[in-house]
Amino acid sequence: MLQFLQLVASGIAQGCIYGLIALGFVLIYKATETINFAQGDLMMLGGFLGLTGTLAMGLPFWAAFFAALVVMLFFGMALERVVLRPLLGHPAFTVVMVTIGVGYLARGLVTMIPEWGTDTHVLPVPYKDQIVSVGGNGTEGGLILSMEHIVIIVVTALLILALYLLFKHTKIGIAMQATSQNQLAAFYMGIPVRRINMLVWGISAAVSACAGLLLAPITFVHANMGFIGLKAFPAAVVGGFGSIPGALVGGLIIGVVETLAGFYLPEGFKDIAAYIVVLVMLAVKPNGLFGEKLAKRV
Amino acid sequence: MRFLFKTDYRQDLRLFKHGGQVFWYGALLLALMVAPWLLPDYWVSQLIFVCIYSIAGIGLMVLVGFTGQVSLGHAAFLAMGAYTEAYLQQHGWPFALSITFSALVAGLTGIIVGLPALRVKGMYLAIATLAFGFIVEEGLARADSVTGGNAGKMLGPLEVFGLPIDSDQRFYYLVLFFLVLVVLGVMNLLRSPTGRAFVAIRDSEISAQSMGINLARYKTTAFALSAAIAGIAGAFYAHKIRFLSPDQFTFLQSIELLMILVIGGVGSIYGAIFGAAFWIVVQQLIVLAKDWLPPAIGQQTGLQPTIFGLILVGFVLFEPMGLYGRWLKIRTFFQLFPFYRKGMFRRQKSYMKSERLK
Repeated sequence: MLQFLQLVASGIAQGCIYGLIALGFVLIYKATETINFAQGDLMMLGGFLGLTGTLAMGLPFWAAFFAALVVMLFFGMALERVVLRPLLGHPAFTVVMVTIGVGYLARGLVTMIPEWGTDTHVLPVPYKDQIVSVGGNGTEGGLILSMEHIVIIVVTALLILALYLLFKHTKIGIAMQATSQNQLAAFYMGIPVRRINMLVWGISAAVSACAGLLLAPITFVHANMGFIGLKAFPAAVVGGFGSIPGALVGGLIIGVVETLAGFYLPEGFKDIAAYIVVLVMLAVKPNGLFGEKLAKRV
Repeated sequence: MRFLFKTDYRQDLRLFKHGGQVFWYGALLLALMVAPWLLPDYWVSQLIFVCIYSIAGIGLMVLVGFTGQVSLGHAAFLAMGAYTEAYLQQHGWPFALSITFSALVAGLTGIIVGLPALRVKGMYLAIATLAFGFIVEEGLARADSVTGGNAGKMLGPLEVFGLPIDSDQRFYYLVLFFLVLVVLGVMNLLRSPTGRAFVAIRDSEISAQSMGINLARYKTTAFALSAAIAGIAGAFYAHKIRFLSPDQFTFLQSIELLMILVIGGVGSIYGAIFGAAFWIVVQQLIVLAKDWLPPAIGQQTGLQPTIFGLILVGFVLFEPMGLYGRWLKIRTFFQLFPFYRKGMFRRQKSYMKSERLK
């Protein structure tokens, strides 16, 4: 039983990462109805920025963390302005291909930056190797959580709360909701749709960077860490692609299922558990747990 | 400028629209036939890859370019074809049978993948195919009694009707023959009711349905055909490389096939072939460039993905119709000279219409 709880706990931590990346997908999908295949690579850039902040510039970890988020916010906005804006109004397939290209470009360029390169880096974090024991006495008998996992869960919760407040209670958040529901109507109402889209890309990039920084102590920072983003697609679909809480719940489900599959099922199932879950979900309930009704108007 | 006066409905259905086309395609075929005698072996080998990727690209084009269904897992169909071919050859099946079976097995897999396509579309379908691709990749690695697992599987020498295919030249003719076969097959498909149904589904599912097209049936057919053609390409890939392992059929391979289509131009058979040729040539150019670039740039492992990324982004932004679109523009420019206008190929932009009801 304890072992099961232990697995669930680490699954939740892993799921938070998937959830955050899925959140990045969902934000962009809701606003612009395209999927950003470079999401995982934005996450990787975030991780590398954190690395530069702490190692090369000598900032304390949390300062570097926020600096990386801000830089990625602007990077996401710049990306939208330079690459995505000219494609406004083009078919979704075109935009998907361009994000795939951006992903290639990011993975290639990162290896050319001298301090980053093709190596695997360790991001020094203040909470490295600390262990918290819940229930039980001392370090024996209780549920043992590593500090990395706790930080992931707490930061994810805070981030979700912040996004919730942004979307519900600020003018800009409500403008984003309006844009995602009907671009043309929002434009007529005086909402600067293009600038809103730019901001959405920025926020999405920052959320992914956050995922990258949280994941860094567990998987290290390297040029191909972005491929984990491919497991966030199932998370987003399971939650229903257009739903923000859905992305997080989907991430948690995928994370927990994956961890449990890795332990209880034969070798090999861990890597494909997420994809099996998503295929089952698409067969049973294509709109996901929290999805909106999909129907095309003629 | 050539004017075609149509006096007969059958003129619309002809494969060659006019005598000029017959001449030029004949010349092209002749050039391709004599190429292996004139080119060094290394380039013949690259030509084989162009043919293989063209076949795979045409397969994907049937699905993406003509039926409008996205697939991010096409490497899985390549893999099914390749491994079936390898397995059957190992068990002594003659080539004519084994390649038919490779196409059949890949096609059947295509039907299985096509099933979710009946319920989901757009991005959901993309993710379903992506998931399928990963599952097949992992399955190949695990089923090591048949596939050799991660250690890989070797293929023996190929023999067709008693003739040993022991040189690149002979193999090239074999692949070229199949490429021509596939091109003719797909051209025929496109002028048949099935092909027209595909195009109708691509342009608008709702209007296709209201014209009496059975969406489920035609989408499944499209997946099956596309997968079968990819399976043929996979079988040749297996014989060319002579060594198969699951990591040759990853997600990135599927993406590369899509990139070939986008670079060549989505929506025409030319696109797949132009894209495949461009793809192989660029890879060779990168290899060549590594020698004369300064080592600080040339020896970077990130050089290839960077260039691929730049090419892809560049094509989507500046030439969304791909190489074939560029060729069309150049041809139209000279045909209409001096009346070509800049906006002749401009695509209509549209406001995003949400597919979500709210």
